[in-house]
Formats: sequence, structure tokens, C-alpha cells
Amino acid sequence: MALEFEQPILELEARIRELNEYAEEKGVDLGDEIELLQRKLDSLQKEVFSGLSRWQRVQLARAPGRPTTLDVLQTIFEDFTELHGDRAFADDPAIVAGIARFAGRSVAVAGHQKGKTTKDNIHRNFGMPHPEGYRKAMRMMDLADRFSMPFISLIDTPGAYPGISAEERGQAWVIAQSIQRMGRLRVPAIAVILGEGGSGGALAIGVGNRVLIMENAWYSVISPESCAAILWHDASQAERAADALRLTARDLKELGVVDEIVKEPAGGAHRDPQASMRELSKTISATLEELSGMNPDELLQDRYRRFRGMGAFDSG
Amino acid sequence: MALNRLFRRRRTSGGGRDVPDLWLKCPACEAQIYKKDLEANLMVCPECGYHFRMSAENRVRLLADENSFAQTSGAVRPVDALHFSDTAPYQERLERYQQKTGKSDAIYGGSCTIGGVPAMLFVMDYDFAGGSMGSVVGEELTRGAEQAASEGRAFVTVSSSGGARMQEAALSLMQMAKTTMALDRLWEKRLPYVSIMADPTTGGVTASFAALGDVVLAEPGALIGFAGPRVIKQTIRQDLPEGFQRSEFLLQKGMLDQVVKRQDLKETLARILRLLHPEGGRDGA
Repeated sequence: MALEFEQPILELEARIRELNEYAEEKGVDLGDEIELLQRKLDSLQKEVFSGLSRWQRVQLARAPGRPTTLDVLQTIFEDFTELHGDRAFADDPAIVAGIARFAGRSVAVAGHQKGKTTKDNIHRNFGMPHPEGYRKAMRMMDLADRFSMPFISLIDTPGAYPGISAEERGQAWVIAQSIQRMGRLRVPAIAVILGEGGSGGALAIGVGNRVLIMENAWYSVISPESCAAILWHDASQAERAADALRLTARDLKELGVVDEIVKEPAGGAHRDPQASMRELSKTISATLEELSGMNPDELLQDRYRRFRGMGAFDSG
Repeated sequence: MALNRLFRRRRTSGGGRDVPDLWLKCPACEAQIYKKDLEANLMVCPECGYHFRMSAENRVRLLADENSFAQTSGAVRPVDALHFSDTAPYQERLERYQQKTGKSDAIYGGSCTIGGVPAMLFVMDYDFAGGSMGSVVGEELTRGAEQAASEGRAFVTVSSSGGARMQEAALSLMQMAKTTMALDRLWEKRLPYVSIMADPTTGGVTASFAALGDVVLAEPGALIGFAGPRVIKQTIRQDLPEGFQRSEFLLQKGMLDQVVKRQDLKETLARILRLLHPEGGRDGA
């Protein structure tokens, strides 16, 4: 399923592929035609991908084929060993967690998991955790402290699940606890916003010493659709809401909410997942390196300072 | 975590259109109440015990020991860092709320004693943008917790808020982490934090500092939760069970320590602070 604004590019790509196949099959030389189309494709890509609106980036953040938490854990980490359950109620498939090796050292990880198919998505609850998911993530933070391993979180959720089951099991309480627990880590903590950073459900595992964000990911207090539904009583105003919320990687860097933007291939991570994950790997590596010189107290203070400074106001 | 109640008309106080200002109709039992009687009764319906919302100033008067309160909030003023505009520019909304409430933002607080125990007391003002938490509310609470820690005071918050403020977007979201982490200053000094949830306490306020009291109290019938009822209804496409997300429901689910009537709130709070604060006799002093 292609995004609307990618459609002309995909069509042109398909045409070039067809011509290549035809030329090969029939042994005819279509070099000139193909080159012409290729040039047209290049300029079309440049035009579409260089001027992406905030709303288009939100769509890219949700694009099918974009690397998910499990893709990342299985590609740029080694020996990923999934650990299940919150030891209190259930295992929440909307959050995957475990231990793994990154650049030679053991790390603890937790991240939101969306599905790749409709069936899978229903199993994963579209990446919207219940309280038990956050409790599982907090178990990983405990493991990280206990074995002096860095904690790395991967954020990709439209938000924590807003339903009766989540409310009666204390969704608000567990999000608060998870924020608090992550803030107290005595090891390096890195949060990566992979796709969607929907509100408190994202922040619950977002309290890193450093917060990284993929170029086309978004992060805000509310999704553009819900924001539009409240402000204009019309969810179709999401495009306006996306602009108002200033929720893109570049916006957030300007606001000081994120530290580093991880570059994606032209047109988004789903167009070349491997390349985008290689880029992410490099950035995590460099960030871990940067944090490796700090002792536990310094890491704690560094994280407090980072979040203590958040906000914009006039102190007169 | 939406501020879905932000732009809705206040559902209580101020009177219905069909009754003169001197009289109010209780939304629970529909009794006609003389406004002065209601105020004398701490804005609790004398007929059925329904708790009306209470102004932040009256809340401080209710909880702080007489003549002990010294305001510290107000020096920090909100700015429209995102140039946010929906049906009206955020800057305009701010000015309107400031005029209406006489406050720079949705919080009112300072130092005081409560039952003789030194404390910092912060009350959210629902009349200012639905009591929503943006940068100023986050900063005031953080300064309050830091001052409590450095002066050996207990920390008390009274929440009445729709959650994080949408018009400050990611900056509001960050206040959840900032206020939560500030509470650890108290933790290090073994100072108590009591969180009181009044109607309503939802979204990013519940999901940060308000949930993390050493003791969490709530007023009867207060709406408390993460997602608002409207959002939940839209998600599950079913009617919500009666009493869902009210204080009594959350007490039953294990999320609150006590539901306390407003008449008993001061006494209960003072007793808890004396039990937990080092100057309240905890160490036999």
C-alpha cells in the first residue's frame, strides 16, 4: 500500500522496471528511453521528497515496511533474546523487551511493536501498550541497573491504549512509574523515536540521557488526528494540526526535545530499511561512546539536567 | 491525553441560566442551593454531598494553616513558543485566561504549614485553560519540589486538570518527565509528597507527578484517569460502565489510598504529614 504522494514515483519506478525487463527479454536497446525516465524520476523524487510537509512525514512515520522495533533488534543488535511478561498480570505483545548485544557489549532493550499485517497488528494492539507492557519495560530497566548494562528504548506508538482494560489496571500510574524508573537509571539510557512518538505512552520509555529520532518520525503530546478532533471538531484537519504541533524531527531539535536526528534514505526508511538501520546503528554507537565516560552519579545528574531544562517561559 | 475538556464550558458553579446568581442547582441531586450556603459548606452540596469545583485560592485557604501561606508562584510567565493557533491564537487565549483568573498560568502555590508541618502547597486552577500543564506549570511545580527539598518541607499538590497543554505540544509532554524527576529531590531528603486528586485529574497530569504521591488521596466523585471518557468511548464504541473513572472506582481498583470528603481533607492531610514528616514527630521529636 503506497502513500498518496509517493504514487507518481512508484508508477515511474515500475515503468522503468518494465522497460528494463522488456529490453532484456527482447534484446533491444531502450537505453535512451530509460535514461530519460530515470532523469524524470530523479527530479520528481527531488521535488516530492525535499519538500515534505509535516503531515507527509507523519504518513512516512506510519508507512508499511518501515523498520519496527523487532526489525531493529534483529538487524543491528546481536543475540537479541526476548524476555516476556510483567510478573504481575500478563505479557503485553505491544511492547517487546529483552537483552542483546550492541557493538560488543550487553544491553537491555524495550520498545513498542506494531504489526506488519492486519492480523499481526491486532495481536500487537497497533503498538498501543497496556499497563503490563510498561511494567515489562521497567523490568528491563531493573536488569540494566543490576548488570550495569546500557538501556536502549525504541519508541513507535500512536499512544498508550485508551480503553477500559487499561484504565482499570492503572494506565496513568504505570506510565508515571515508568518515567520515574527510567529517570533513575544509573546506566547510560538512550531513547530512539523510530516512527510514532504518541504522547505519554511514548515518553514512558523516553527518558534517555540522549533522545534520538529518525528523520521522518514524529513525537508530540497528542496525535494530529486527535488534536484536530479537539480543536476543530474535525479529524480531517490533521494536516493543520501537524503544522501547529510542530512535531517533526527538525522541529523537535529546534525545541531541544531531541538531541540527534538519524538520516533516512530519500523518501523514507521504508524505501530502504537496511540503509536506515545502518545509519541508526552508527548513531547509537556514537551516542553510547559519548555516554561511556560518565559514572552512575553523573549519568543521573546529566539526565536530570536534560529534562529540568525543558520548556519555554518568561521568568521576567 | 487530550485536553478534551479544555474548551468546554465549566459544568458547575456560576449557576444555570434559569436560576438567578444567588442560587445554584446541584448537578447531582438538582436541589436549589443558596450560593452563600454552598460556599459556607466548602462548595459541597448540603443535600447530597456533591463536590463542586473549588477555586485555587479557596483550596489554599482550606488546607494551609491560617496566615501561614506565602505565595511563590506567579513569577514565571507563559510564552507562545510554538506560535500555536487554532480557532484563536494561543497568545490571545493566554491573555484571556490571565484576565479571568488573575493568575499568570494554571497553578497557584507557595510555602505554608499544614497542621504545623512545613510544606510547599501547589493547587492547579481548572479555570485557567482547564488546569492544563504547560511549561509554566511544570516549572512552578519543579521549583516547588526543589524548594521543599532544600528547606525540609513536605510537598503537597492538588490536581484539577485536563492533562498536558496541547498548545505547547512536545514542550508540555516534557513537563511530565520534568515534574516526575523533580520529585526525586524529595525522595533523597526523605520528605513526604501527598498528591490530592480533585475533579478532574486526567491525561499527562495523572500520568506524571499526580500519580506518584507517597500517599494519593482523592475527593469523592472526581473524574480520574489517563484517557478521557470521550476518547475511550470512541475507541471501544461502547457505553462506559456507571461510575467508571470516578474516585470510588479507582479506590476499588487499588490506585488510590483514600477517598476523602472535603470537610475531612485538611485533618486527614495534616495527620498524614505529621506521620511522615521528620518534624511531625516521626522520629519521636
